[in-house]
Amino acid sequence: MTPVPRPPVTPVSVLRVEDARLLRGRGSFSDDLDLPGALHARFVRSPHAHALLGDVDVSGALAMPGVVAAFNGRDLADGGVNPIPTGWLINGMQPGERRALAIDRIRYEGEPLAVVVAETPEAARDAATQVVADFEPLPSVTDVEAAAAAGAPTVYDDAPGNICFTWETGDADATRATFDAAHTIVTRKLRNNRLVPNAIEPRACAAIWNSGHLFLHLASQNPHLHRFILAGFVLGMPEHRLHIRSSDVGGAFGSRIAVYPEEVVVAWAARRLDRPVRWTATREESFLADSHGRDHSTEAAMAFDADGRITGLRVRTLANLGANLSLYAAAIPTWYYAAVLSGPYAIPAIHCAVTGLFSHTSPVDAYRGAGRTEAVYVVERLLDSAACTLLLDPALLRRRNLISPDSFPYHSAVNTVYDSGDYERTFDRALDLAGYDRLRDEQRRLAAESRYIGIGLASYVDMSGHGPSREVTREGGHAGLWESARVRVHPTGRVTVQTGSQHQGQGHETTYAQIAASALGVGVEDVAVGHGDTDSAPFGMGTHGSRGGPVGGSAVWLAARRVAEKATRLAAHLLGVGDAEVERSGDRYVVKGRPAEWRTWEDVALAAHMAQGLPAGLEPGLESTVQFDPPNWTWPFGTHVAVVEVDVETGVVTVLRYIAVDDCGNVINPAIVDGQVHGGVAQGIGQALWEGARYDGSGRLLTRSLGSYAIARAGWLPSFETARTETPSPSNPLGVKGVGETGAVASPAAVSNAVLDALAPLGVEHLDMPMTAEKVWLAIRDGRRRQSAALDTASTRLDAGPVARVVDRSRESSPGPEGGV
Amino acid sequence: MDTVNITVNGKMTRHRVDGRTLLVHYLRNVLGLTGTHVGCDSSQCGACTVLLDGWPVRSCSILAVQADDCSVETVEGLAPDGETLHPIQQAFHEEHGLQCGFCTPGVLMTVVALLRENANPGEAEIRRALSGNLCRCTGYHTIVRSVLRAASDAGSQA
Repeated sequence: MTPVPRPPVTPVSVLRVEDARLLRGRGSFSDDLDLPGALHARFVRSPHAHALLGDVDVSGALAMPGVVAAFNGRDLADGGVNPIPTGWLINGMQPGERRALAIDRIRYEGEPLAVVVAETPEAARDAATQVVADFEPLPSVTDVEAAAAAGAPTVYDDAPGNICFTWETGDADATRATFDAAHTIVTRKLRNNRLVPNAIEPRACAAIWNSGHLFLHLASQNPHLHRFILAGFVLGMPEHRLHIRSSDVGGAFGSRIAVYPEEVVVAWAARRLDRPVRWTATREESFLADSHGRDHSTEAAMAFDADGRITGLRVRTLANLGANLSLYAAAIPTWYYAAVLSGPYAIPAIHCAVTGLFSHTSPVDAYRGAGRTEAVYVVERLLDSAACTLLLDPALLRRRNLISPDSFPYHSAVNTVYDSGDYERTFDRALDLAGYDRLRDEQRRLAAESRYIGIGLASYVDMSGHGPSREVTREGGHAGLWESARVRVHPTGRVTVQTGSQHQGQGHETTYAQIAASALGVGVEDVAVGHGDTDSAPFGMGTHGSRGGPVGGSAVWLAARRVAEKATRLAAHLLGVGDAEVERSGDRYVVKGRPAEWRTWEDVALAAHMAQGLPAGLEPGLESTVQFDPPNWTWPFGTHVAVVEVDVETGVVTVLRYIAVDDCGNVINPAIVDGQVHGGVAQGIGQALWEGARYDGSGRLLTRSLGSYAIARAGWLPSFETARTETPSPSNPLGVKGVGETGAVASPAAVSNAVLDALAPLGVEHLDMPMTAEKVWLAIRDGRRRQSAALDTASTRLDAGPVARVVDRSRESSPGPEGGV
Repeated sequence: MDTVNITVNGKMTRHRVDGRTLLVHYLRNVLGLTGTHVGCDSSQCGACTVLLDGWPVRSCSILAVQADDCSVETVEGLAPDGETLHPIQQAFHEEHGLQCGFCTPGVLMTVVALLRENANPGEAEIRRALSGNLCRCTGYHTIVRSVLRAASDAGSQA
């Protein structure tokens, strides 16, 4: 496909269709379903991270008032429930085992091992305390480095060393050669902190069994995949008799892609008991049982020539997968990580090796930015280290290495093809908007007043719009990632679009209406968008990986265009002229040059349905279904600038400004795009400064409430400064690129770089995220001690020069005082 | 079981409830007002915020019996005719002050209380007032703008 000269959909910030119900409290979230007579499920979870599991005796629970049933893992297995499969395989990997209820062995704290079903939630809760499980606790390991260490407790007997897989990409020999010839090498050891997605709506589901049909109401990012996996693999029931509806979804961020044990159990129990069954997670259960994100330990090195040009990048990553493999567990730290390791920079040689490790923790899967956030963090932290070593301004170093605008499509050293870009323009715009030079002057001025301002940059390329099925399945995906849309024009000319995609706040009902309206020449208010119902929407892959616009939106466009072409043919027939002689003018089809001869859109829609006088060979009706499989991912890019101040007395970091300049190709609804950037940036600032899951030595999750795990509050964030450049993508007919994750991809690196820029004069070289006040304060204390010890040493040596702010980081530095999470 | 008399959005309600019934479950399960959401069940996220005798409270951490003889306002009471939105809702609509919409009812009720107390708050005051309402989608940027707009619109009409 060639680039489109101008956007096929005119960008307009149409106010969202979804708002009317959501603002009134009339949305339909998963716990809102009115279900008279429903039973309530309560899960019994392991208090141990690792244990042999003997008998799970539910008889005590069954004796409690209001209890209808209680089941353990053996009951489920005997009832025909199979383990939940993973969706991404890597050659030679050990797949682990993901059962809905544990049998024989517990592998993480919070793993469900029994369920109690009762007439009320209170009765279920009370009775759950009466389930008696026979545990033999075993030593556990939660930290990824500890899991990789010799002699670590093992999660699976047949996965020695806790290794699930090893994977590599790039060219090891070429990379080695660049390092051998390098002028300068910088290295870093980096921890990417474990995060808990924390959608504000807890997971919930409800199931109704009725005469061989099962209805399951839940919030899913991919309801059709949910149905396929539940029916085809786990429950062993006919797919056409399982009806899933995902209505309003209260945030997801990757956490609602996977099929979870609780959904399996609730669905199975409804069938078994022939009564509606429902379950809603507590927030503590969200922490224990939702998939987590990130959790990497990485050793990385970057080689430079004498001019400060990057010649090579070497990355060794240990990725924590948790106790078993969630749906995309193996994809995130491999393909979705390495794909953007070149960032926006021309790096001739890259080698990346990843070891995926089991641990006694909740399964790890996609979280907003999945894989790419971790990669950008590696590259951007290395570049700031290099700027210090090379005595170059970090902005200058970055700009010197940007891929030039005449290099596209750009083939990276990690086998990805960037579709389009003008990285210098976006970079310059960001620095201009930030007032970068003035900021540096201000930083120096305030330093004289002992105020510590930090300026951090992050330039990125994101891989969005997942993804071309051929490549996805080649790299290990079971399923290609195309998307569907059905555009149906009603006899009155009004339009219903059904998509296989699924909103979680992104505004699909508005944006897709804009797309269809543009393609059909009707008003946005004349289009209704439906999704999430497996009985009415066409099978599709859902919304994740920033694919709603480039893949789902493109399917809508193509289906609507197909309908429009048929309508034109029909209009020409009704007007008695050839197809090429008709043009659209407002609501009318007009014969070219004969403006008095016309038919309205409604005339054509009616004629199509009433089928009076249709031309031979033209089917009645006016609808089309399209499955769009993109030829490539889309590759949005941008540069973000964070400005922070560190209070050296308390260690508190304040984000003073945050500037994001992004390029996501053509834009359909600017307000919605801005909102996606804002949300992603806020989550990324949270990762940099506050968020981090922590376990104690016994494998117990310490951060298990919103009181002990900090997500950003209104008072902790500034308003954001955003701008865009627009370089259309050639990978889809709309020219759009995904934007749902870019904010979260760039901001952890930008903020981390800013904090460390502020701390550099204090002798702090590196800190791992989250850079909490305590961690920053301790680092300042230790940095000052090192500096004063160095001064003491220097004062005894007559030949010693001044203590430099710039330190040699060509050798690996020691980790910060806490050594990481 | 106890009998409670609670005025909800101006209408008297009277039901027998279990002593452990939370106010949010009274609203959601007994009255069917599912606009008030439970996000964390521990008063940290603010999704369940309603006004109790005019004060914003976490309805997940208050028993229904504690609201006996009190007046409760929920999101459903803001635009009771089902047609026009309340001016604060309208401001959120126009400024894209919501994405998934799950936290929104609690945010709106907090803002109603804020603007009753301070008709013209600055950004810092708005952010402080919203510190008990977690939003994971918007980064608060457009929420703040929505509140500023709501205040400004109300001011221009006064």
